[in-house]
Amino acid sequence: MSLLEARALRLQYRIGSQVFGGRTVTAVDGVSFTLEPGMTLAVVGESGCGKSSLARLACLLETPTEGELLIDGAPTIGTSGKGLLSLRRTVQMVFQNPYGSLNPRKTIGSILGEPLAIHGIGSKAERIGAARAMLDKVGLRQDQVDRYPHMFSGGQRQRIAIARALMLRPRLVIADEPVSALDVSVQAQILNLMMDLQDEFGLAYLFISHDLAVVRHIAASILVMYLGRVVEQGPVASIFNRPRHPYTKSLLQSMPSAHRSGSATRLRGEPPSPLAPPSGCAFHTRCPIATELCAKSRPELRSFGDALVACHFAEA
Amino acid sequence: MSVTFATQRGPMRAVEGVDLTVNPGEIVGIVGESGSGKSVSMMAAMGLIAPPARVTADIMRFGDIDLLAIDRRQRRRLVGKEMAMIFQEPTASLNPCFTIGWQIGETLKLHERLGRRARRDRVIELLRQVGIPAPETRLGAYPHQLSGGMNQRVMIAMAIACNPSLLIADEPTTALDVTIQRQILELLVGLQRDRTMGLVLITHDMSVIAETAHRVQVMYAGQVVEQAQADRLFEAPRHPYTGALLAALPEQATGRRLATIPGIVPGIADRPTGCLFNPRCGRTTPICIQEQPLLTGASGQTARCYHPLDGRAS
Repeated sequence: MSLLEARALRLQYRIGSQVFGGRTVTAVDGVSFTLEPGMTLAVVGESGCGKSSLARLACLLETPTEGELLIDGAPTIGTSGKGLLSLRRTVQMVFQNPYGSLNPRKTIGSILGEPLAIHGIGSKAERIGAARAMLDKVGLRQDQVDRYPHMFSGGQRQRIAIARALMLRPRLVIADEPVSALDVSVQAQILNLMMDLQDEFGLAYLFISHDLAVVRHIAASILVMYLGRVVEQGPVASIFNRPRHPYTKSLLQSMPSAHRSGSATRLRGEPPSPLAPPSGCAFHTRCPIATELCAKSRPELRSFGDALVACHFAEA
Repeated sequence: MSVTFATQRGPMRAVEGVDLTVNPGEIVGIVGESGSGKSVSMMAAMGLIAPPARVTADIMRFGDIDLLAIDRRQRRRLVGKEMAMIFQEPTASLNPCFTIGWQIGETLKLHERLGRRARRDRVIELLRQVGIPAPETRLGAYPHQLSGGMNQRVMIAMAIACNPSLLIADEPTTALDVTIQRQILELLVGLQRDRTMGLVLITHDMSVIAETAHRVQVMYAGQVVEQAQADRLFEAPRHPYTGALLAALPEQATGRRLATIPGIVPGIADRPTGCLFNPRCGRTTPICIQEQPLLTGASGQTARCYHPLDGRAS
């Protein structure tokens, strides 16, 4: 059974005045995927593509406007109170900016103990003991438990944020750009740590990133999003070796590389505003192979081998 | 050139003995992690470092002008006109209270004798050059109405408004998406080529450097640890730090585990003795801890190391 399953998830936000109409913006539209225990699914796309909204949905911080989200095959929508609290033990989150996500006025011990306190686990002394043990696991020293966040570097803070997410022994960790605020050498340390912890605890990751080199390294499967919709999804190997959607292709070609590549076709323009998405295929305004058909009708996801592609002109 | 900050715990040296020349039409990349002094050294060159920090140099020259001898008024005539700089966060470097047309016009007003009408035409022309669609209608836009990529284009338009011969770009694409990053890099390289401008590109991203720079300086804890032609550097790095930075890129990974550099960049107050990289280096011997190595090497590739890497280590 899948650990996490999304079925046609849709998330709309209402913006503007609620009294005088206001508008709705669709942040996530018809996204479906499954995530098996112990696996990593990466979500990639440019800013505004809905990847962070998807993370908030998966983390049960937002309720989808439509669609279903199942954890261990059981629906999550409509659960509240104790039911929701126990679901939250299964799913934890690591945020992008370790400078903003740790309370500067609390010691590391109380930051790590807080999830346990919320769920009423252990006595205060036991919680500090658990925090010490977890510091060990993430490569920090146990005696640092009484320190404050400002005494740590960015990489160390991200280790603390990861430790906090693991305190409740979740089976799924949602990581929203966990390494993009870090230097390259530190980034490699954190990625290694995340992979080690995955093996040790049997964690599944929903890994949100804009960095395709990182995704290629850490993930087993990938979801490429554009303006709230999935344009291509499948195993990492097949998407990287044979991208079929023009957007995926241009993302891959935009990847800077230390091996100098020759010419790359660059993508024109910028992502359109989610407030006024283009008609038909949302990508047609920037697509090199768009035709009239693309402006009229929206392509549905079709399967090609082990991948799903939403393009009228995708070829097997 | 060195930059020293006066702090409560005494003077701290953020940049130490950096030598850099930029020729017309050349792209020099400066790469390093946070805290390596790459931004501070270029801000010092622009004269943007204010007391209590102190900039010292044996020579600091821009063309024929001795930057150490000129007064503030003369420098102000130079900065923004002959030498210009763009910063990492475009949305934070633009003034949110004024339209982009006004902000670009301000640069022109300060440095060029142009009438209102001529200035407006020039701003439109500049916006067109940096690839902003429908420039006439964008003149009245405020920074918050534009995307990050568009704001960075506005910053570039402002920087090239007076045809500078030197442009310093400090992490110009770090805050942007990959597809926009590529557009901005191509724009910068295109402008640099058309105007035979000198371009200094500061970044922490090795792959950005690999794709654009002619010559590269690698900085670590305030010092230049290696410099070479870009091709050489990526093919055969000599300093272990350069090698380790390249190996840490996920695209270089051979197995599941990524290569890492143990430890962190030393802070300004806790720099080790001898070679600054010795606590994190795999090749450290007693001499590395006792004495600081000098930049040595042949055929335009110099490294500050007693035990440099040889051959095709990456």
